[in-house]
Amino acid sequence: MIREDATALKERFGDQVLAVVAGIDCPEVTVAREAIVDVCHYLKSEQGFDQMIDLCGVDMSEHPSHGDGDARLLVVYNLLSVEHNKRIRLKVAAGERDLVDSVVEVWPTANWFEREAFDMCGIIFNNHPDLRRLLTDYGFEGYPLRKDFPLTGRVEVFFDETQWRCVYRPNKVENRVLIPKVWPGVDRG
Amino acid sequence: MGIEGLLDKGFVTTTVDKAINWARAGSVWPMTFGLACCAVEFMHAGASRYDMDRFGIVPRPSPRQSDLMIVAGTLCNKMAPALRKVYDQMAEPRWVISMGSCANGGGYYHYSYPVVRGCDRIVPIDVYVPGCPPTAEALLYGFIQLQEKIKRTNTIAR
Repeated sequence: MIREDATALKERFGDQVLAVVAGIDCPEVTVAREAIVDVCHYLKSEQGFDQMIDLCGVDMSEHPSHGDGDARLLVVYNLLSVEHNKRIRLKVAAGERDLVDSVVEVWPTANWFEREAFDMCGIIFNNHPDLRRLLTDYGFEGYPLRKDFPLTGRVEVFFDETQWRCVYRPNKVENRVLIPKVWPGVDRG
Repeated sequence: MGIEGLLDKGFVTTTVDKAINWARAGSVWPMTFGLACCAVEFMHAGASRYDMDRFGIVPRPSPRQSDLMIVAGTLCNKMAPALRKVYDQMAEPRWVISMGSCANGGGYYHYSYPVVRGCDRIVPIDVYVPGCPPTAEALLYGFIQLQEKIKRTNTIAR
């Protein structure tokens, strides 16, 4: 059953709310990319969702539900209302070159969450006050949580005695996939 | 060097090498470079049950006061220049203990993109302590191995 605050969201924003699903723990609302800041302002001021618990990026490119023309990336917002003891999850689809409007003006804690999503998935947030990478190395290239990023990385760090500093060299390590011998459905002879 | 002759005759003879090495091995002050969960095991080694202090091992917060650096945990690419900088700031003679699988060779994170696959790519290592994380006993054993190594060196070159 869809909860009443999700249906209220549907009534208020109409076509901007693309889908409402009763998730396993809370309603999941897919929102148009242009409307995300308005929806967040509405949820915070009128529905009492005063805390942003998490914001993360997802690379959907290898997900079973991902079609050819679908946007590659997904931003997921997990919100909590302490007053009403309710949670809600918002989803916004974004292509690789799309700008997603920042919700830092709604919840300041979104600042570092958006920096992390930018760092790990390459989602670019519009109107963010300080969109730098957060976790990866200085001068890091690529977005590690994208499916096409090699797990073992592209560079390795060594200390070079001749230059007397740490240098990057191309990565030589191949990824190794171990399959347990008792894995169901795998015949290892 | 024992105290038997000292009690009997009132003096003892030794070599300068042995005296200097005895002094160095008896007061190895480690730089605490705790990076991950190995650092907690390092704290256990320093706490009252295992008590590193009785070997003359007193953790120092500054590289300039340290003889030994214990790389305790996963070394990431971003941390590697900082680790090398701390090592370069230590006064010689200096030693390094690599503590745990991650510092020895990447360990659990060997195939992960941000991890240095062994801190011997950044600094020279004297003693490798295996384990994930090594127990406090294992770290103490590593300390004692390092003390043996220090006692074997020739301090004064001839």
